[in-house]
Order: sequence, then C-alpha cells, then structure tokens
Amino acid sequence: MVPTNYYLILSAILFGLGTVAFVFKRNIITIFMSIELMLNAVNLAFVAFSQAFGKVEGQVFVLFVIVVAAAEAAVGLGIIILIQRNRQSLNVEKVNLLKL
Amino acid sequence: MPTPILDILWIIPLLPLLGGAINGLFGAKWPNKTVNTVALGSTGLSFLAALEAVREFFEQGQQLVHKEFFDWIVAGSFRAGFDLQMDQLTVVMVLVVTGVGFLIHIYSTGYMAHEGGYYRFFSYLNLFMFFMLILVLAANYVLLFVGWEGVGLASYLLIGFYFLKKSASDAGKKAFIVNRIGDFGFMLGMFLLFKTFGTLDFTSLVAKADPWSHESWGQFGTFTVACLLLFMGACGKSAQLPLYVWLPDAMEGPTPVSALIHAATMVTAGVYVVARSHVLFIHSETALVVVAIVGCATAFFAATIGLLQTDIKKVLAYSTVSQLGYMFLGCGVGAFGAGIFHLMTHAFFKALLFLAAGSVIHAMGGEQNMLHMGGLSKKIKITYWTMLIATLAITGFPPLAGFFSKDSILFAAFTKPGGHPLYAIGLLTALLTSFYMFRLIFLTFHGQQRYDEHHVHVHESPWSMLGPLVILAVLSVIGGWMAAPSFWGGEDHFTSFLSPVFGATREAQGALSEAAAHSLELTLAVVAVVAALIGLLTAFWLYLKQPGKPTEIAKSLKPIYTTLYNKYYVDELYGAAIVKPLLAISTNVLWKVIDVEAIDGTVNGIAHGATATGDVARRTQSGNTRSYAVWVVIGALAVLVIVFWPAIRALAGGAE
Repeated sequence: MVPTNYYLILSAILFGLGTVAFVFKRNIITIFMSIELMLNAVNLAFVAFSQAFGKVEGQVFVLFVIVVAAAEAAVGLGIIILIQRNRQSLNVEKVNLLKL
Repeated sequence: MPTPILDILWIIPLLPLLGGAINGLFGAKWPNKTVNTVALGSTGLSFLAALEAVREFFEQGQQLVHKEFFDWIVAGSFRAGFDLQMDQLTVVMVLVVTGVGFLIHIYSTGYMAHEGGYYRFFSYLNLFMFFMLILVLAANYVLLFVGWEGVGLASYLLIGFYFLKKSASDAGKKAFIVNRIGDFGFMLGMFLLFKTFGTLDFTSLVAKADPWSHESWGQFGTFTVACLLLFMGACGKSAQLPLYVWLPDAMEGPTPVSALIHAATMVTAGVYVVARSHVLFIHSETALVVVAIVGCATAFFAATIGLLQTDIKKVLAYSTVSQLGYMFLGCGVGAFGAGIFHLMTHAFFKALLFLAAGSVIHAMGGEQNMLHMGGLSKKIKITYWTMLIATLAITGFPPLAGFFSKDSILFAAFTKPGGHPLYAIGLLTALLTSFYMFRLIFLTFHGQQRYDEHHVHVHESPWSMLGPLVILAVLSVIGGWMAAPSFWGGEDHFTSFLSPVFGATREAQGALSEAAAHSLELTLAVVAVVAALIGLLTAFWLYLKQPGKPTEIAKSLKPIYTTLYNKYYVDELYGAAIVKPLLAISTNVLWKVIDVEAIDGTVNGIAHGATATGDVARRTQSGNTRSYAVWVVIGALAVLVIVFWPAIRALAGGAE
C-alpha cells in the first residue's frame, strides 16, 4: 500500500504548480485551468485523508468540490467567451477597466 | 307600479354621467350620430326623470324630500353622505339645468357638427350636467362642494376645448385659478359652520342656526364671518367683483358652452348657494349688506364695460356678469325669491342670446366682431327675431320674462330701508343694459352691411340650432308670467311657491299697506320701462341715425372712453399687482433658489459625494488582474500561517 504521505506530497506539488501558474500565466484559460488543478490537488488530499482515517466524509467533500467546480466552469467559461468577444484577446493584462 | 323617481333621485345626475363616460371611453371611433344618441339620450332621459320627480313632488304635497343613499365620509361626529334632497328651490334649479341643458345639447349637435373632437365635447358637456345636478340636488355642503368643484373642472375643460389655441388654454387656466381663490373662502366657511354647528346638512343646519340671535351691522360674529366666506366662493363662481375677470375670457370656449355653463347654469351656482344658505345670511345684517353692495356694484361696473365691447360674445359675457349682480342684489336685500326668479328667467333669455349669437357667428363663418357685421336681419330672420325677443326680455320690456324678475328685484331694493341708492344704481344699470343690448342688435342686424359678401356667405343655421332658439324664445316670453298677477293686485306665484324654503322674505313690504305697495310697484315698473326705453332710443339714435356720432363722442370723452374700452385696466392691474410678483417670486426664489439650489443641490450633492468617495476608493485597486491573483495567494498563505501558528510554535518549541 502506498503510504499516505506520498499522496499528500503529490497533492502539495500539484497545488504549488497550480498556484504558480495562477500567478504568472497571462492567458485567462490557462489561469482557469490552474484553478482547476489546485481544486483537484485538494481533492486528492481529501481522498488520501479519507482513506488514511477510514472515514467517508472526505470523499463526500470531494463530490461537493466537483459539483462546485462544474458550476464554476460553466460561469467562468461564459465570462471568458464574453471577454474574448469584447476585447478580441484573452490576455488578462488587457482586462483593466478599473485601472486608473 | 314602478319605483317612484323620488326614491331613486340619484338617477337624475347618474344618467348624464353614464352618457359622458360612454362617449368619453368609446366615442372616439363612433360616427357623430351615435355620439348624439348617447349624449342627447342621457340628458333627455335625465330631463324626463326630473320632470317625473317634480310631478311626484307636487303629488305628495310639496314636502321636503331628503334621501340618504350611502355614507361617504364618516369621522367621529362628522358625517357627509351621498344625500340628495328636493324642495321648491331644487325644483326650479333642476328643471332649469336639465331643461336648458337638454336644449343646448340639441343646439350643439348642429353647432359642433363640423368641429374636431365631437365626442370629447359631448362627453365633457354630459360630465358638466352630472356635476351641476349633484350641486343642485345635494343635501349637504360637502356634496354640494363636490358638484361645485366638478362644474369648475368641466368649465375648465370646455373653455380650453380648442386647447391648441394659446388664448383658449390660458383662459381655461385663468378660470380655474380665479375660482380657486373663491373656493378657498368657501371651504373655510364650511369648516367654520361645522365647527360651530357640528353639521353640514342643510336641514339640520337650519334647525340649529335658527334660534341664534341675529348679528347687527358691524358685528363680526360667526354668521357674518361664515357668510362672507361662503359669499367669497359665490363671488368666484358667479363672477362678481373682484373675481369676475375669468368670465369674459371664458368666451374662448365654444358658444354652446358659453350659453350653458357661463350664462345659464354654472355661474348661477353662487346665487344658488347664497339662496340655499339664506337662513345663515339673514342672521347677519353685515353679510346681507355686503352681498347687496357687491351685487349692485358688479351690475353697474360690468354694464359700463359692456357698453364699448365690439366682440358679440364679450358684450354678452359682461351682460351676464351684470345680471348676476342683479341676482345678488335681490338676495342681498332679502328677496331671495326674486333673486332665484331672475336666475330662472335669465337662464332662458341669456342662453337664448348666446345661442342666437352662436347662430350669427355660424352664419358669418366665425366672425365675432360686430363692427364687421350689420344688416343681417333680412338674411337670418329666425335668428334675428329670437334674439330680438331675448333682448327685449333682458332689457325688461313687459310682458317678457325679464320685466317681471328685474322689477321684483328693483322693488325689493327700493322698499328695503336704506335701499334707495341701490335702487338708483340698479335702475341706471337697467338703462345701460338696454343701451348696450340694443347697440348689439343694431350693429349686428341693422344698418349698413359692413362685410365682404364675396367672402362671407351668410346662411341661416340648421333646424337643430333654430329649434332650441324658438323654444327658448317662447320661454323668454312666458317665463315671467308666474309673477304677473302681482301687478293687478294678486299674488306673485313664483315667490309664494318658494316661500316654504325662504319663509316670508318680503318683510319690508309689511310696513306698507297692501294698496300702497301695489301702486308703488306699478310706479317703479313704469320708471324701469322708461329707463329701458331711454337706453333703446339712445342706442337707436347713436348707431342707426347718426352712425358717425359714437366716434365723435369717443373723441370728446377720450379718458372715459379709453378707460372703459380697456375694461378699467383691471386685468392689467391684477397682472401687475398679483401675477407679476407671484411669477417673480416663483422664478427668483422658488425656482432659482429653492428648487435649483436647495432641492436639486441636495440631490446632486449626494451623487457628487458618491462619485468623489469612489474616486478615492478606487485608488486601492490596481486594475491589474494578475496582481489580484498574487494578493489572493498571499492572503491564503497568511490565513494558513495564522491558523497553524500554534502548531508552528509547537514545532519550533519542540525543536529547541
């Protein structure tokens, strides 16, 4: 059996990659995908803990996260399409109406 | 047996309301014929219902009928219900309103046939009938006031009927605003009456007020103040000094409107209110004297203005103001019956005069200036003869209606202690009336033709217009005969018919012996006829025999002439004294300071404040999406550190 630590380390690595991509990427779709990556890293940790402690709540939480992520994807993709239509670009640097 | 109309009195005003509502809501697309059917049908049925109600009233022995249909306002001890009543005074008013109203409706179908907004006109006219009937049938002041304001509204709508014309819509507003001043007094009067007597119902008010002591001259008690306030309202509605200015301008409305509202019915509402409140008025010497003096002064004042008007309808308008003055004079000297009598006969002959004038205007293709008429008597014979009859009636030639009613007012003024000056002015006014009315006749119908025959095709009006003229002419002749027996020693049937309402109002006559009163009445009648003859002959001499004379006289009496011609500059005076300052205050204070600075300033200030706060607050935002992402990460890390701080400490401590 794979020790729980391994899962957690993999989860942390995936989360870290997601965070870095979230901060440094300019393409909105990439940013969006990095958020998904972070969410799934968390999911992995949940499942690992669930298995380690023999409790089912962790897996239930994963289902919640997946549902919320699906909803978020629907809204987020809608926003992205509108941004593309209005600005002919997916670069977040160009979405700066609030800028002084 | 069908329900007696007296039990369902509300049907009389309701029918015109229904007609008005149907025409107003659905009439726009209907042909004139359908509109006619609805409008004439509803007023005609209302007239028949009124006749039947009057018949039942006589059948049951002329007892006061008082019906409470439903509660309208109930608050504490105050109750204003939809209560209608019928007594002798109501009988006269209801018959005049529905009868003359119906005739004028018929006339309008001819007169308005080629005008736009046909259905609108009849809808308003029916609405007016509804409110006027509410006014005369009401059994308390509150319901009366509903009718009072309603006829004001209908009057406003109809004066401004040609609302695209600036002068017409201005005249409508003027009528409405001037009436507001009077209504202000009327309402205060009502409040005072309620405060003192705790009721506004006519019957119970009379019962409560009767035992109170009379207030002598110069004593300003409840009765004096309340009556003067009510009279203020009457002055507005009935166009008396100083609130008469709206009536001449109201001639901007279509002529049938002038006949119905501004001659026969609505403007007499003030007289009706004074007569209806006679118990209050006879409690106050001061109020009666004020009514008599205002009436007398208005009669004379308006007659002098009427002398020089050239617009045929304006002459009639000033004549109306003057005749209304007579009615108030009658009421003021305590002869309420005579005042109401003159109200009735005036409704006949003045409606006839206006309708005939409308027929003349119709014949002349819209020309209203008498200086551009002349010699019409042969071309429009029926109009000429009916108008001549009305003129003879208004100037008081026997045996026409105006002779009897005017004579009974002048007689009452003469026999009133201290009433001789009032009588003298009234007599002089009768002379002036005769002069300006025959001036109108001679300028319009006699003398040289002063219009271009190639442009104006003079034609007699259709029978829908002439029919009402003929009927009103008959009424103008026989309308006064009820009072005739008093001239050969009998009783005045009209006054004795009204006596259950007014009581014995001819107290003054009691001082004279029967025979002396009779011979005095005959003498005064002869004097009045002589005065009317003088007016007639003067007009005849000036406008037919010596057509150049009037201009000569005008030149030699220039100051008087210009003052009269400009109507004593009253409009200008009111403009300078009231309208201008009011406009200046409105513009400079209310608009530019209160509205722009205070109200707009506050609203705009709040908006500016929000913008300014936003300007400052937005500096906390970079607008750079990626920097937000960094902050989110930093925030998340910070939360992590805070949450796990004890664990980190423990780890660090454990390492030590």
